[in-house]
Amino acid sequence: MAVSTTLSEQTKKNIWDGGVSPLKASYGKLMMWFFLLSDAFTFSGLLITYGFLRYSFPAYEGSLSAFKPSQEYWPIPEKIFDAVPFLHGVHLPLLFVGIMTFILILSSVTMVLAVEAGHRMDKKDVTKWMLWTIIGGLTFLGCQAWEWNHFIHGTEQGLTLTNGIIFHGANLQMNEYGPSLFASLFFFITGFHGTHVFSGVLLNSVIFYNTVVGTYEKRGHYEMVEKVGLYWHFVDLVWVFVFTFFYLI
Amino acid sequence: MDHTENIEIEPKPVDKEKIKKLWRIAAILGVVTAIEFFLAFTMPRGILLYSVFVGLTLVKAFYIVSEFMHLKYEVKSLIWSIMIPVILVIWLIVALLAEGGSVYNINF
Repeated sequence: MAVSTTLSEQTKKNIWDGGVSPLKASYGKLMMWFFLLSDAFTFSGLLITYGFLRYSFPAYEGSLSAFKPSQEYWPIPEKIFDAVPFLHGVHLPLLFVGIMTFILILSSVTMVLAVEAGHRMDKKDVTKWMLWTIIGGLTFLGCQAWEWNHFIHGTEQGLTLTNGIIFHGANLQMNEYGPSLFASLFFFITGFHGTHVFSGVLLNSVIFYNTVVGTYEKRGHYEMVEKVGLYWHFVDLVWVFVFTFFYLI
Repeated sequence: MDHTENIEIEPKPVDKEKIKKLWRIAAILGVVTAIEFFLAFTMPRGILLYSVFVGLTLVKAFYIVSEFMHLKYEVKSLIWSIMIPVILVIWLIVALLAEGGSVYNINF
């Protein structure tokens, strides 16, 4: 009795004194978690700014089918994002972003399968699933490039201004979809997320290379795969929120 | 370098249950996205639809963070170290949406 009490008191006192890991996670994983927390704040700042600016502009009143873009009110996203590659002129609201969401979710699954293979020290499987994750990331980036291109060049009807000039597409000063800030927020939010996907693909490629040349096999563990995995899932997580708050609502 | 012998490492066998579980979570994420997509065109726009969207988004976020990012299986102190700071975001949402409403009242 007496012995066990002293022991438990000792462990209690010593848990933050060094020599043990109180959070039961390696330094690298822990720092990745705290980096992601700070990154979550950055993205929260951007998305909440979207909410703030949307609330400070008039909302569109009237029936959904009669919606016409105007600089007077905030646009309804499903009326703006309705194009899909190779289906020119067909009104397919939100279908393309839906596909992009599925691509990113799938690449998140292949990432988690790579992590799982790493736990089993299965070099062949890690290589395979990391490659699929990189392909998924590149596909998503390609889709986003198309989306940006379409958004910047605009539609055929464009927006007729009060002086009779027709304006097509979008830039940082004005756009045919709604108030100037709508396009700025589109560029900022999806652009910042796209930058994260891009650096994620770079990191995944480095890890893929190291896996192929056997660095982690020699090291005896695949923890680096777990660390980039955390980052990659976070990128997917952010997209889930962007999808809801930018495209759905 | 005589100590870096090239030993063939035998991979451990695949745990079928674990893989199945991962694909099941992926299916949940996909289905929830499909439901959101479906509701966007069937329900009238308004506060109810938006609340459903936010709810479903949090469901997806929960599955990604707890299962894919493995946070559910970490020690309690790590879970709280990550989750408690997120409360600050809730405050920012409340503050800025109220502020946006005031800006609207002044301008229009």
